[in-house]
Formats: sequence, structure tokens, C-alpha cells
Amino acid sequence: MAAAMGRDPPGPAEDEAPGAAAAGAAAGREGGGEEGEGRARGGAEAGGCYLALCARPVHFEKANPVNCVFFDEANKQVFAVRSGGATGVVVKGLEDRNPISFRMEDKGEVKCIKFSLGNKILAVQRTLKSVDFLNFIPDSPQLEYTQECKTKNANILGFCWTSSTEIVFITDQGIEFYQVLPEKRSLKLLKNQSINVNWYMYCPESSVILLSTTVLGNVLQPFYFKSGTMAKLSKFEIELPAAPKSSKLSLSERDIAMATIYGQLYVLYLRHHSRTSNSTGAEVVLYHLPREGSCKKTHILKLNRTGKFALNVVDNLVVVHHQDTETSVIFDIKLKGEFDGSTTIHQFVLPPRSIQPYQIPVAGPASVTSQAPVPCKLYSSSWIVFQPDIIISASEGYLWSLQVKLEPVVNLLLDKGKLMDFLLQRKECKMVILSVCSQMLSEPERGSLSVIATVFDKLNNEYKKYLEAEQSYTMVVETGLSRSNPLLKRPVRTQAVIDQSDMYTHVLSVFTEKKEAPHKFTIAVLMEYIRSLNQFQIAVQHYLYELVIKTLVQHNLFYMLHQFLQYHVLSDSKPLACLLLSLESIYPPAHQLSLDMLKRLSTANDEIVEVLLSKHQVLAALRFIRGIGGHDSISARKFLDAAKQAEDEMLFYTIFRFFEQRNQRLRGNPSFTPGEHCEEHVTFFKQVFGEHALMKPTTF
Amino acid sequence: HHKMIMQILSAALETFPTALLSWTVWKCSACGRAQPEEKKILFYHPNEVEKNEKIRNVGLCEAIVQFTRTFSPTKPAKSLHTQKNRQFFHEPEENFWMVMVVRNPIIEKHKDGKPVYEYQEEELLDKVYSSVLQQCYSMYKLFNGTFLRAMEDGGVKVLKERLEKFFHRYLQTLHLQSCDLLDVFCGISFFPLDKMTYLKIQSFINRMEESLNIVKYTAFLYNDQLIWSGLEQDDMRILYKYLTTSLFPRHMEPELAGRDSPIRAEMPGNLQHYGRFLTGPLNLNDPETKCRFPKIFVNTDDTYEELHLIVYKAMSAAVCFMIDASIPPTLEFCRKLDSIVGPQLTVLASDICEQYNINKRISGAEKEPQFKFIYFNHMNLAEKSTIHMRKTPSVSLASVHPDLMKILGDINSDFSRVDEDEEIIVKAMSDYWVVGKKSDQRELYVILNQKNVNLIEVNEEVKKLCATQFNNIFFLD
Repeated sequence: MAAAMGRDPPGPAEDEAPGAAAAGAAAGREGGGEEGEGRARGGAEAGGCYLALCARPVHFEKANPVNCVFFDEANKQVFAVRSGGATGVVVKGLEDRNPISFRMEDKGEVKCIKFSLGNKILAVQRTLKSVDFLNFIPDSPQLEYTQECKTKNANILGFCWTSSTEIVFITDQGIEFYQVLPEKRSLKLLKNQSINVNWYMYCPESSVILLSTTVLGNVLQPFYFKSGTMAKLSKFEIELPAAPKSSKLSLSERDIAMATIYGQLYVLYLRHHSRTSNSTGAEVVLYHLPREGSCKKTHILKLNRTGKFALNVVDNLVVVHHQDTETSVIFDIKLKGEFDGSTTIHQFVLPPRSIQPYQIPVAGPASVTSQAPVPCKLYSSSWIVFQPDIIISASEGYLWSLQVKLEPVVNLLLDKGKLMDFLLQRKECKMVILSVCSQMLSEPERGSLSVIATVFDKLNNEYKKYLEAEQSYTMVVETGLSRSNPLLKRPVRTQAVIDQSDMYTHVLSVFTEKKEAPHKFTIAVLMEYIRSLNQFQIAVQHYLYELVIKTLVQHNLFYMLHQFLQYHVLSDSKPLACLLLSLESIYPPAHQLSLDMLKRLSTANDEIVEVLLSKHQVLAALRFIRGIGGHDSISARKFLDAAKQAEDEMLFYTIFRFFEQRNQRLRGNPSFTPGEHCEEHVTFFKQVFGEHALMKPTTF
Repeated sequence: HHKMIMQILSAALETFPTALLSWTVWKCSACGRAQPEEKKILFYHPNEVEKNEKIRNVGLCEAIVQFTRTFSPTKPAKSLHTQKNRQFFHEPEENFWMVMVVRNPIIEKHKDGKPVYEYQEEELLDKVYSSVLQQCYSMYKLFNGTFLRAMEDGGVKVLKERLEKFFHRYLQTLHLQSCDLLDVFCGISFFPLDKMTYLKIQSFINRMEESLNIVKYTAFLYNDQLIWSGLEQDDMRILYKYLTTSLFPRHMEPELAGRDSPIRAEMPGNLQHYGRFLTGPLNLNDPETKCRFPKIFVNTDDTYEELHLIVYKAMSAAVCFMIDASIPPTLEFCRKLDSIVGPQLTVLASDICEQYNINKRISGAEKEPQFKFIYFNHMNLAEKSTIHMRKTPSVSLASVHPDLMKILGDINSDFSRVDEDEEIIVKAMSDYWVVGKKSDQRELYVILNQKNVNLIEVNEEVKKLCATQFNNIFFLD
């Protein structure tokens, strides 16, 4: 046996491509005519590579006659089974870094081997009729036990774990859903369903099994599994590119993939170019498979080329590898496409690029001769691709997860609006987005204001969505409605939420400090950001206003500032009012602007009085405080101090008299109490106006 | 600080309103070398006056100015009152004087069956006409630059030509009999707008300045009210006056008459829009059309900039683009401007209109204000009047009796004498009350017409007005 490496249903590649081992599995079926595509080599375009293999792959012993290798998509584990397990089984996963090793009795050729979720129970298929089980739970019986399939004369095509103790057998005549009882070393049939099955496919992320039925194989029947229940979803038909000539299986499992994209389950169908149709190349057709309702064809991804393809889904992007050109393209179904009334047609987002060149690390930690790392052959015919993002090189014994690199995208997607749409949907987007923002504000790639506005709007749209979700969550929690809604979760703040503080820290403050742009542009950018925040009804933070004011003041643009304040573009706040007060010495009208603002705040009456007193406008202060009815509680001493400092005797007299009258009204006596500490002022009053000028107590 | 003035106003008789008698610009000789009297005179209206009389009159003015200067070196004389007329002096630039002589209004009376003419010596307000004089200079300067610059450019000859060219036409547009308090303020009416629409306009202006990269300054108006000025305040003040009293009214009339249908779609592939040039080319499709724009001079104290004034309008929204005079705008540029600005300004104008109507409905401001008032803020020159009708090319008319307007002017004169906040309440004829309030840099004048109200009730009414109209500013009660 050349390579006992199989995709979940055993060895799809075995029937094809003599010589090139497992090539079919990697690249799908040969498409129609090879229309000479330029063979763009990866190396030449290394700068623009937006796809990469993960840096820490799983290394396993490559397949050979004594070592069989299996991959389990559910746990993302590679099993290396030596001599049927007798000389050892090594299980390595992308996530769990510590390999699991064990031995098992060699009871014949292993067809399929998988752990249940959480590595609790091992299931091994050695015959077409039964599956063997071995407990890996501490303190449970260690002896193997076996389950034969219930359906008479049926052959088991494979099995899938749907939880740590639930398993589904897929036979050529239907499916059997079992509960494993490890303590009893037995299985209990929960449900079964008879149906003719050509092949099956499992999507562990969504616990959906897809069965190919009918003679042509293009009627797909999905089943959904959840905690002991099995639900039959509505079946659907894949439209084949051309009417099949004979009634033989026409839909291969190699052309079908299942993946969750933006939280929704899709069936992806790689439709090859047919000479009869007028299509320009192969395409990927997406069928949306909802939990309820029928499956619908929703998207078509145009590949514009022919040949061998393989699919991955990474970060909600559909990646299509093309073996002939050794390049890959990506599609984002959230980006705008051409809608024809029922489906949306998408072109690839970025020009085709090779996966980033990869160096295989030299084995052995203590290698004496410092060997140069070996470049890895990309798009090799021995590659096998699994969903969503797994690439395995059977010949070299590596398992990688595929990654999308965002930095190179920036230079490939020149339309900044589209770039933002793209980046905002990616997981690790924050720093890239912020650097795009910085870049578009500075030479040599300065963007136009309308582009900048578009970008700000896109960022704030995302920011607002999060704020709203957060707000409604808080409201539900506060009103106590959360108990009746256990599904309610605090909204997740993704990296796409770029708030004002991010923009301030990483983009705007740096940009204004650099001072390389003309001040007109600087102010236009700040105003554009404020405009965008307002458009999304997001309250603008004070530090942004401060930045605007600082910039305007630096360039002596006071009249501009005045107009902004006049139209309340810079929203009222105490800190802003104080900032304005501090500008009074260089721009006198700032005083009026500040007082107006304090007045509107209606919570800053003390501040207004202080401002007026500091300007010796004692009478105005008194009139103001009387106007709002606060004159009975103010400190007489404070006003008398201010009146005295004003060096206006008549003013002092007026203020003094006012407080005498207040004393009379409140206490029936015009004189000040010792607690008011006005002795000094009484003395001064007597000095200037004479003892007789003091108000006489009126008695009734 | 309450003042109460009882004033009995005389019933109107047959009157002849005030009129312009003469207007002169001359250069003071005392400070330079003695020169022939006639050389001093740079402009004399009416030109028909005999040469010797011109010389005599200017000489007299100069003598008055020089004589009074001895008493007040820092504040030279501003006006001279005589029985028949009043003279106003203004020295806008060092040694350059402008003098305006106006005749006092005349009342025709009948004595023994014969008409007798009586000059009303106290009718005219000094502040109003001094302001008119000063603004005439500002207007001249806006379109011609300073006197000094003209002298430097080509000596007396050039200056004389410029003065002649400008004042010959401009003096005809002065309507001295209808000048009032608003001429003292020469304020700017701002269009009330919500923050979001304002920000949209900002964004529009910034993008236009970017696309039409030769634009140095932009101003934006709606309904003849200012929304944004990239120019400094003083320059904007006079440009605003030009736009609202001269340029816009000139274009308003054909619009009202429905003569030029603004919808245009003559350029194939062009978006339909309502944009058109108020200055510059009349027909963009005519390759021979002239792209000449008025030149204006701004920041004359400082950078002294000469600019082309492009005024472009779509519906009620008008934008002024000011570009450096050294770059003459070509037809190609005008077409580009039209194709970029036209569609966007059209959309923006309808946005503003819509938003304005929504805001009006929300605030319930649709109700006709019961109060007749004038408000002015010295800080931003904001002016608001419910007393005046819409400005037309001929005049801006007050809807109240001239005697009441005169009281407003008197109160204003009182205010300008002191720095402190003040309030003056005047009982005028036939149940009219006039209230003037000054708070910091703001002035408010209210005219009330209510029967049998006392001072306290009037005061309460004004408080109510302040609470509704001016609640968002710090305006002391």
C-alpha cells in the first residue's frame, strides 16, 4: 500500500492518478481543457503573498508500508498507526501539543481511527461491518468492545463522533446514531435512518452530516445532531454542469466541501468548466444550509480558470488553490458582488498569489552541522486539503493550518473602501486597519478626503454596531430580563471595533503632531472624523475636541474655532469650557463662548459665578445667582472680597447693602454673623461710608 | 441701571427725507509737502460743482479736522452739525479723508398760507451715518484695495480712476433715508442649523477645496444667511454685505420672474443639477464666454491678498470660492467646478432645506414671533432682526415707525458710551415700549406694543423673550 492516508471516508485518491500518489485528493478532479494559464511562480511574487502556512506545523511520521496515517477533522488530529497499532499509535493535534502515544493489538488493517471529543473514547474501524472501541477515561474498563452495524448486509462507509460519547455510523444503506456507554462497554442505538448512501461528509463545527443519495449522487441529504437527537434537514439537489450521459455517480465528494462562513453553514460545490456551457472557467457554488428551512444556492465564486482546485475556508474567506498555476485566490461573500436576483456572483478579491514560500525547519534540536532549511514544495501533488483550513503534506509528514496575512492585502487592494470592507471582517485586523488609516493621512500615499470619509464611516459603522449591542445588553441586564433569556450573551468586542481612543492614540494624535500636512488638511481630517462619529450618533470624546482646538489655535484660526462653537460642533462640556477660558488671553471672545457653554450645561452655575468674580463682574455674578435663586446660600465674604478688589466704592456699597438686606430678611438683623467672617469688610464699610451708613435693624 | 424716558413723538407731517449733498475723498496736505489745493481732491461728488467751490469745501473740512484735532488728538472729529446739514469725517488710512455731507430732513409747514421749510437738526443719528461712511470705505477696499496701494501702483492718477469708477456707481445705491441701527451693526445673519447638517457642509467645503485645489477660501450661505466663512471676520462682514445687498438681490429678481429656468441638462452625460455661476461665465457651452470674476482684496492689514471671487449657487445655497488672483480661472476650470460642485451642492441644498423644516417643526418656531426685536453680538457679528423685511436691491425696510427706529439708535448710542451692562426702557408713543439690553458683548432691542402695561410687566415680557429666544447663551436678565 503506497499511502494509507485517507480523508475521512477512506482513500478518495486511490482510484485515480496512477503515479502521483494522492494527487486527486489535493487538487480535485481534472477539469475541462487546459487553457494555457501563465504559471505564476510563488517566488516571484513573494512580496504579495497573503496566504501562509502556520509557523509551527504538526510533524508526523510520513506514510509508508508499515505506518498508516489518518486525519480526524473533528479533533484535528493526525494518527500514525504503526503495524496496525501493535508497535504504537502516535496522535498529534494542532491544538494539543503533547502527543498521545499508545499501543493496541493488531487485529487487522485499520480503515479509520478517531477519538471522541475530549479524547475520551477511541473508535477504530477494521472491517466493513463493525467498529471497535477503547476507553481512554481513567478508571474505566480498558478492554476493547465492538459494535456491529444493525442494518443487514450493509457496509460501514465510516463513522463520526458528534460528542464525547455519541457516534454516527454511516453505511451504504443509511445512518445509525449510537450512544456509547463506556462503563458497560456497550453502545445503545438512539436512532437510525435507511437511505441509500453513495458517500458522506461531516462538518464537526456544525454537527451536520451530509449524505450523497440517488444514482447520480447529486441529491444531498443533511442530518443535524445535537445532544442525543438527530434531525433530518431538507434535502437538496446540486445542479450538475451538464446533463449526465448515463446514470452513474456524477457528483464526487471531492467536489463538495462543508464549512461555516460568517456563522452560517454552507455546502461548497466545485463546478468544473464544461465545454458545452459558455462559462469562462470553473466556479464554486455556495449552497446555504440553514438549520431550518430549505437549502438555497446563494453565491457563485468565479474562478476564471480551469484545472485542479482545492478549497479551504480561513477567517471566513473561501480560499481556492489552483495546482496548475501554483497560486490561490480568495473570496469574501460579504463583499459586494453582482446580484442576479437569486445568487450573488463574486470575483476573487485579490489577484492570485502563491502561498508564502515555506522553509521546512531542520529536524533535530542538536544538529551539529547547521544545515540550511529546506524550501518546501508548495502545491505539491502529495498535498491533501481538509476543511476548514488544514493542509497536509503526506510525503513530508507535515500538517499545517492555513493563515491569511493582512499586511500584503493593503498594497493589493487599492480601493480603500473595499479594503476596509475586507479588513473589518477579519479576525486580526485592528493594527492593520490603524496602519492603513495612518498611511492614508500621510505622504506619499495620502488619500483624498472623500476616501478618508468613506474609511471613517466604515469604521464607525462597525463601532456603532458594537456600542448598540453593548447598550441593549446592559439594558436587558439592568431591567432583570436576562434571567428569562439565558441565551443572552455579552456582545463580543472583535478587533473590528475601532473606537475613538484607538483612532486618537494610533492615528490622529500622531498625524497632527507630525505637522507634515497642510493645516487645512489636518483640520479637514479631524472634522471628517467628528462628522462621521456624529453621523453614527456616537458621542465624541473630549480629547478629539481638544485636538481640534489645539490645531486651530496653533494656526491662529480663531474665527474658525468660533464658528465651530457657534454651531455646537464641539459639544458642550465643562472641560471644554475651561479650555476656552484659558484661551481668553489670546482670543478674547473665548470668554463669551465659555460662559455660554457653562450656561447651557446648567450644572456649572458655581463655575459661572467664579468666572464673573474673577473678572470683577461682581454685580453680574450676583444678578446671575439671584436669577437662578441661589442668592440665599452664597458666601457674602466671597462677593465682598471681589467687590473690594474691584476698587469701586459704589460697587462695594451695593454689594454690602445687598447682604445686609439678606441678613435682615433671613435672620431679622442686617449685621453679619461671626461665621461669615466679614468683620474686615464691615470695618472697611464704616471707614468709607461712616458708621451711620450701616443698615439699622428694623423691628416690627 | 434702568432708565425711563418719556418721549412724545410728533405726528408725521409732509417731510423731505435726508439726502446726500456731497461726498469727497481727499488727501491731507498738512502732513506732507504743501501741494495745490486741487491736487488734494481725489474724488468729488457731485462732480458738477465748480472747481473753486470744491477747493473751498475741502479746505474747510480740512481746517475743521485740523482744528478739532488740537483738542482731541486721538479721537478726531467725526461729525459737524449745522442747521441745514451734517458732515461726517472719516480717516480710513493715514492722511486720507472721506467726507460725507447729508442734508437734514425737512418738514414742510404752512404759515399764513405759505409753505415754510423747517430743518430737523436732531433727526439724524451720528452713529448710523458714520457707520455708513466707514462701510463705504470697506466696500471700496474690498474691490479695490487700499488707497495707499493704488498710490503705489500708479500714483494719484490710478487712485482717482479707481475712486471714480467705484463711487460713481456705488453712491447711487446708498439709501440714506432708510439707514438705521442695522447699518451701525453691519452684522451677519447666521443660518440656524443642526450640528449634523453643519458638519456635512464642512465636509462638502473641505472636499471642494481639495478637488479645486486653487481655492484659497470658501464661504457658504443659505437663504442669504451665512453658514461658514473661511475668510476672517472683518473681510467676511463686508463681503456678506455685498452679497446680501447687491449680488444676491440682483439675481433674485430674474429668478422670481421665472426668466432663466435653472434646470439644465445641456451637457450630455452631465447630472442634472441647479448650479449656476452668479459671477463669471454666463454660458459654459459658449467657448467664447468670458471667465471674468470680480477681484477682491482681503487681509489688507497683513498679507494683502488679491483674490478672484467666484459665487456659485444652487437653489438657496450659495458658495463663494476665492482663488488667488495670480491664477486666472479658465473656462475649463469653470466647467470642472460646475460639474463637481453643481450636483453635490444641489443635493446639499435640498438636505439643508429638509433639515431646516424638520428643526422648525420640532422647535415650534413656525409661529410668527410676537416680538419685534433686533439682536446683535459684537463677538461674532451675529445679527437677528424681526423688525426688518427681507433685503431687496433697493433697500432693507424696517416694519416699524422711523421714530421708533430712532429710539433704538439713541439707546445704542447710550450703550456705546459705557462698558458696563445696561438696560434702558423707553415709553414711546401710542402704547409702544422700547427696551434695550446690553449684556457683555451683546445687545438686544425689543419693541412692544401693548395697551395699559406698566414698567414691571414690560420687564417680565422681555424676560420671557430672553428665555425663549436666547436660552442657550449667557444673557443676564
